[in-house]
Amino acid sequence: MTPRRGYRIFVQVAAAVASAVILAPFGWLLYASVVAQTDLLERPLRWWPSSLSLGRYAGILSGSEQLFRDALINSVVVATGTVAVSLLIGVLGGYALARLRFPFRRSTLFAFLITYMLPPISLIIPLYLLMSRFGLLDTKAGLVIVYCSLVTPFTLWTMSNFFGTLPVELEEAARVDGCSRLGALFRVILPLSRPGVVATGLFGFLLCWDEFLYALIFTSTSDAKTIPVAIAEFTGRNAVDFGLIAAAGVLAAVPPLLITMFFQRYLLDGLSSGAVKG
Amino acid sequence: MNKLWRGAATPSARLAYLLLLPAALVVFGVVLYPAGRALVISLYDVDSPFPGAYPWVGLRNYTAVLSDPRVWTAAGHTLYFTMTSTAAELVLGCGLALLLAAPLRFRWLFRSIVILPWALPTIVNGAMWRLILNAEYGVLNSVLTRLHLIDSYRSWLGTDPFLALNMVVLADVWKNTSLVAFFLLAGLSTIPRELYEAARVDGAGALLAFRRITLPLLVPTIAIVLVLRTIEAFKVFDIVYAMTGGGPANGTQTITFFTYLQAFSSQRFSVGAALAYLTVFTVLGLAIVYLRLLRQGELRAR
Amino acid sequence: MSDLQPFSRRRLLQWSAGVAGAGLLAACDVGGGTSDSGKQGAGQGKITALFMQQAAYSEDDVRKMTAAFQQAHPGITVEPTFVAYDALHDKIVAAAPAGTYDVVLIDVIWPAEFSSKKLITEVSADVPDSWQTGMLGGALSTAKFQDKFYGIPWILDTKYLFSNTDLLARAGVDPATLATWDGVLAAARAIKAKKLVAYPLLWSWKQAEALVCDYTQLVGAFGGTFLSSDGKSIAFNTGGGLAALEFMKKTLDDKLTNPNSLESLEDDVRKTFVSGGAALALNWTYMQASADDASQSKVAGQVAASPTPSGTAGGPGVNGSMALCVTSTSRNQQASWSYISYLTSADVQNAYAKNSLPCWTASYDDPKVVAANPKVVPAAKQELAKLIERPQVKRYNEISQVLQVELQNALLGKKTPKKALDDAAAQATPLLA
Repeated sequence: MTPRRGYRIFVQVAAAVASAVILAPFGWLLYASVVAQTDLLERPLRWWPSSLSLGRYAGILSGSEQLFRDALINSVVVATGTVAVSLLIGVLGGYALARLRFPFRRSTLFAFLITYMLPPISLIIPLYLLMSRFGLLDTKAGLVIVYCSLVTPFTLWTMSNFFGTLPVELEEAARVDGCSRLGALFRVILPLSRPGVVATGLFGFLLCWDEFLYALIFTSTSDAKTIPVAIAEFTGRNAVDFGLIAAAGVLAAVPPLLITMFFQRYLLDGLSSGAVKG
Repeated sequence: MNKLWRGAATPSARLAYLLLLPAALVVFGVVLYPAGRALVISLYDVDSPFPGAYPWVGLRNYTAVLSDPRVWTAAGHTLYFTMTSTAAELVLGCGLALLLAAPLRFRWLFRSIVILPWALPTIVNGAMWRLILNAEYGVLNSVLTRLHLIDSYRSWLGTDPFLALNMVVLADVWKNTSLVAFFLLAGLSTIPRELYEAARVDGAGALLAFRRITLPLLVPTIAIVLVLRTIEAFKVFDIVYAMTGGGPANGTQTITFFTYLQAFSSQRFSVGAALAYLTVFTVLGLAIVYLRLLRQGELRAR
Repeated sequence: MSDLQPFSRRRLLQWSAGVAGAGLLAACDVGGGTSDSGKQGAGQGKITALFMQQAAYSEDDVRKMTAAFQQAHPGITVEPTFVAYDALHDKIVAAAPAGTYDVVLIDVIWPAEFSSKKLITEVSADVPDSWQTGMLGGALSTAKFQDKFYGIPWILDTKYLFSNTDLLARAGVDPATLATWDGVLAAARAIKAKKLVAYPLLWSWKQAEALVCDYTQLVGAFGGTFLSSDGKSIAFNTGGGLAALEFMKKTLDDKLTNPNSLESLEDDVRKTFVSGGAALALNWTYMQASADDASQSKVAGQVAASPTPSGTAGGPGVNGSMALCVTSTSRNQQASWSYISYLTSADVQNAYAKNSLPCWTASYDDPKVVAANPKVVPAAKQELAKLIERPQVKRYNEISQVLQVELQNALLGKKTPKKALDDAAAQATPLLA
């Protein structure tokens, strides 16, 4: 059918254009990471650089910059840990907020949201003191705990909203069949809200990946320094080799990219499988 | 103790408290002391990080902040930044979400490309845009001059404060639209496909289906995104720090950046705390307004 | 409904108890109570030191110095940590109540702030008299506040005038004329007339501390001061201070200064200079090495450093140094002092002179030191003897921010220089109290 095909072509082209716009700055970043510093300063820029080299990547990944490799691992561990904990907590709490009736329901939701609204800068000194007293400074566990406090209000809110959009009939049917409330949650609701869970998890991961202020102040050695902190240390007080930062940025984007590639197929599941009639 | 528990509310309320307990522990356990302390010191005059005897000033910090013209300028910039970037992200994000849901070849590739701006750490993002927009040797100047769209290299971040603010908006939109798109995509997944099929049977075109089915049913997701992006935009700090440092002539100074300068650089902790809580009240007010409006919209659609 | 009521009341009580408890805890912090005060210690034990990444001395250098110190002082172990420069101030402030660090590296603009908030200890009693004559005059004032010493200068730095010798030669300019700002302007005009470079002068006038550094150097050149002699009122809006800003604006209006200076930091100046886009620029010591590095620079071998030009008054450079301090919460202050005086000693500094010039006058006659950085040492010897400080007052950061905005207002043409400085003075005066 022609409209169908025309629609497909239009969508294909639109996607290509969107990709180009999104990739343009990133492409330049890749370019900056492999050319010599002098090439970046040309005016106007040449299409083809005088020299290309992967030396910066080699330097970052091998010998000289041990810090970056450690930071990569730290970031992955901290982000994964935070997402695991806060998704679990958020799913449980979100269910309560969406389905159960209890006093102070709305104010609880707002209380959590308010903690999300506080700018981290106002909390940082007493938080540093707390971390220091509990021996959590410069540890990955300490960062996970702090990040959980940042991400959980968000997961609570989004999960409660997603659960709220699902029809009640589904879990009622399950409970009629003898399932407990929690059983219904895990066996019926969760699979259907996989897109929401994946999107929330992804956001939580990226939030931890990108978080700068807390990581900067609470870490001091490669035991716990995360990627943004490591990259910040490439900038000296004065001298900046942007190519190095670009290379580090490209490398830093790889783990989230891989994770998205793996989980993206779950983003469009759900009711389209026809669980609800009419 | 037993009596307390049994005299408590319905079993559903008890279950609710149990389910919310881990979240409460994690969030309030970490945040309550610092947030409480910030609230308390906003009523004193604290100018050093050490505990000690500080004078009580009551609400003087709050009145001082509200009567400081720099705060209102920063608030104005923040409001402009929030409105423009959130609006742009919602509109572009919607389009992008529809594309992500559409039948595409290499869909997995497209989705992975879309996540790239978000995967880039903000400090790299800021430095990158600063270099792209550089007046001496930036690639934007180079491309535009080659395409003869401008006569010669010009300054994007240095001479015009309003233009600089818009460039910061651009950088923020580039980074966050993909996130908004992914959320809207998840929201799209809750719309049953049967509705679209029924609409097609009735002869409705794509545009009408979008307006009558997609948009109204997407409202809850849009509400979440709107509230969350507004909160994030009010807290925006990293990108301003990396790109412009608040300049030129304070043209890109946002309220959180100003709070940082007061609370940390100048060690005026009480003023910083007062600013922080004023920000919270403002954002809370905005959030309540959004939710009220969108809840009414949602009721009408159903 | 009825059995919800007692619970909700109880819930409310529990909530308010929790909040009140937190409030009480928090209130203890502001109602009184003492912090952990530091102790002298026995001169032994473990100390933690906070340094800057990518400082003039590399991380490797510092670790080597530390290892040598530990060998000479068995019984003291030092754990150095390194952070980015931007994080240094914030980390010192955040860590203060927890007492994490014994030794910290601070910037020259922080002693007033840190000492008045009791973050660093006074060390005047430990500073020997020989230092007053042995150390360069410009270095001594780095960690001084109200005539008391709060630390030891360690990394010395100031801005020199860098010139592209090739462009100067082609324009027929004699480098000796660069000793005054009038000479520099004449040179710029000659270069511009010959169309060698569109804008010969490039500065770092972005809204950041860099702008104040450039302004400070010019204030010194025109004989101005930031504060009155009793330190109680603002003086930069008249005399030399005003002349300096008018000079800056004039070079912009005469199209001698690159208008992109307004978004440039020191490194942007360096990048443009080494790609041949500027002929004359003020910058820190590091630019010499970078400009002579053929892998990054197109003007290698064509760059000369000279002392900053003089205006109607002398030509003092801006003090951009850093100092080592002992924190007030350190429990090992004696050991910390041994560590920092070791690091600053002439022998150690001379050995690493390639990366950072020493603070001692005698070092500049040492042939090894001269050989380490032959192009800069002659200029350094002259300029480092006398440096001009930015105002050493408790609330300097806020004054700097006010000044940055108003200076930019003047340079962008939004206000006249006089109005901009008067406005800055009006905002800065209450901050002096």
